[in-house]
Amino acid sequence: MKLYNYELSANCYKVRLLMSLIGIEWENITVDYYPGREHKSEWFLKLNPLGQLPLIEDDGFILRDSHAILVFLATKFDDTGKWYPTQNAEVLGEIAQWLGFADSLNSTAGSARLHDGLFIECDIDSCRSGAHRLMRILDEHLWFQEKQNNMWICSHSNPTIADIACFPSIMLSEEGGISRIDYPAIRRWCDRVRRIPNFIVIPGIFAAGPDINCENTGS
Amino acid sequence: MTQVDSTLISDWHVVADIETLKDDTITTTYLFGERIQIERNHLKSISVTTDSGREVISRQKYGFVWVCLGEPGRPIIEIPEAEENDRHVITGGSMGVHVSGLRVVENFLDMGHFPFVHDGYLGVETNSETFPYQVDITADDEIVATDCKFFQPVASPNAEGGIMADYEYQVLRPYTAVLYKTNPLQPHRKDYIAIFVQPAGEEHCIVHPFLCYLKDGIDRCTVRWFMQLIFGQDKPILENQLPKCLPLDPRAETCIASDATSVFYRRWLREHNITYGAIPIDSASNFSESKSGDIIR
Ligand SMILES: [Fe+2]
Repeated sequence: MKLYNYELSANCYKVRLLMSLIGIEWENITVDYYPGREHKSEWFLKLNPLGQLPLIEDDGFILRDSHAILVFLATKFDDTGKWYPTQNAEVLGEIAQWLGFADSLNSTAGSARLHDGLFIECDIDSCRSGAHRLMRILDEHLWFQEKQNNMWICSHSNPTIADIACFPSIMLSEEGGISRIDYPAIRRWCDRVRRIPNFIVIPGIFAAGPDINCENTGS
Repeated sequence: MTQVDSTLISDWHVVADIETLKDDTITTTYLFGERIQIERNHLKSISVTTDSGREVISRQKYGFVWVCLGEPGRPIIEIPEAEENDRHVITGGSMGVHVSGLRVVENFLDMGHFPFVHDGYLGVETNSETFPYQVDITADDEIVATDCKFFQPVASPNAEGGIMADYEYQVLRPYTAVLYKTNPLQPHRKDYIAIFVQPAGEEHCIVHPFLCYLKDGIDRCTVRWFMQLIFGQDKPILENQLPKCLPLDPRAETCIASDATSVFYRRWLREHNITYGAIPIDSASNFSESKSGDIIR
C-alpha cells in the first residue's frame, strides 16, 4: 500500500490515522505540496487529474479522495467491521451523511487553516462563519448523542470512519482562527477520539493527556 | 500604525518565497502592519509596492524576495553554506503564525522544549536533561550559543537511530536566527537551518525557513518534509503564548527566562531598542494585556 502523502494535510492525516487504528502497513511517498506544488506536476496529474492529495495505490488499484479511501480501507482491511459496518443500512446511511458534512468542514474550517498558515486563498470571513455554523450543528448533535449514551457521531457503539473524517478539520480549527471554546460536546468528543488505541497525531495536534498550555513553559 | 524601529526600517526582510510566485500575478502580504504587493513579470523581475503606490527596494536572493522599506543600513546576510554544492539549498515552506516574530525566534533558540513538543524526534519526553552551554556576543554584535548538546532520537530523517546532536545557534538580526546541527552521516559537518521572520504585524508573522542540508542520504522533498513536521509541532505552542508580543522586562516570565539564550536575546533586543513585536520595559507593568491588535487579515 502506497500513500501519496503531505505531512500537514488534514485529508492525508485522515488516511494515516485510520491506517494506524486498523493496523495497515503502508509505504510513504512524500509529495512536496507546499511550497513545491508537486500535486500539480505532470507526473502526479497522471495519477490524479484533479491534482489533489491523498491518493493510494494498493496492488495496482489507484484511489483518490480521502473519504473514498476511508471507505475502501475499512471495508477491505478491518476484519472487525466496526469502522464501516457494511451490514448495517442505518449506520451506513449516517456515515455517508457525515462524510458529506466532513467535506463541508474541509471547505470551511480546513480552508481557513490553509489560508492562515500557507496563504492559500479563500474568502476567509465566510469560511470562518461557515465553520462555526457547522460546529454548532455538530456540537448539538454530539450533545444529544451523549444523552443517549452514544459517544460517537453515528448511532453505533464504536467510532466509525465518520468520526475519522470529521476529526482533523475540527481539531486543527484554531490554526484557522476558529476557536472551539463554545463547543463543549465537541471538545469531549475530540478527547475520546484521541484516546482510541493506536491514535496518532499530525503536527498541530497532541496526544490526549498533557494540555498544550502546560507545555508552554519550556518555550 | 505602530511606530516601527528605525533599525528595522533600514534592514532587509523576506516577504515571499520566489517558488510560490506566479508570473504576471500580484501577491499581497504584510510588513509592519502595512499591506504590500509583490508583482513578478514574465522576465522574472520583481517589483514591490506599498498600498500607497510607493515602490520599495527589493532583491531576489536565496530563493526569497527581500525588501527594505527605507535606506538599507547594511546588506542582506551572507550565507557561505549556500554556495557549497554538496548541499541542498532550499526554502523550507513559509508559514503564517499568529504571534510576534520575536517569540518565534526565542522559541527557535530554546532546546528545553524539545522533549515535550518534539517528542520522538528532537527529544525524548523521559529524558529532558540539558547540558550547560556557552552564550556570547560576537565582535559583530551577534548572539552565539555554542556547545549545545542534546540527545535526539531522530535528529534528521537520514539518522539511523539516536545521536547526541551538537548545536550552535546564532542570532544575526532581531528577526533572523540560524542554527547549525550535527549531520548524522558526516558528524564532523553540520546542517544549516535559518529562519527569516517577516514581521507581518506585531502579533502576526510569517516564518521563512531556509535550509542548507548536506545531500548525503536525503532528498530535497524529505528536507522540507522534516522542517514542516517540526515547525508544525511548534506552531500551536507559539500561537497559545500570551501575551502575543515578547516581554522584554527581565522580571516578566521568569520561568521562561531561566533559559540563558533567551535572557541574552531579550537583553540584546533591549539594548538595540527593538520594540516592534515586543513589550518594552517601560510598558511592561501592563504586559499581561495584549498590544492593541493590528488586524492584518
Ligand atoms: Fe521547536
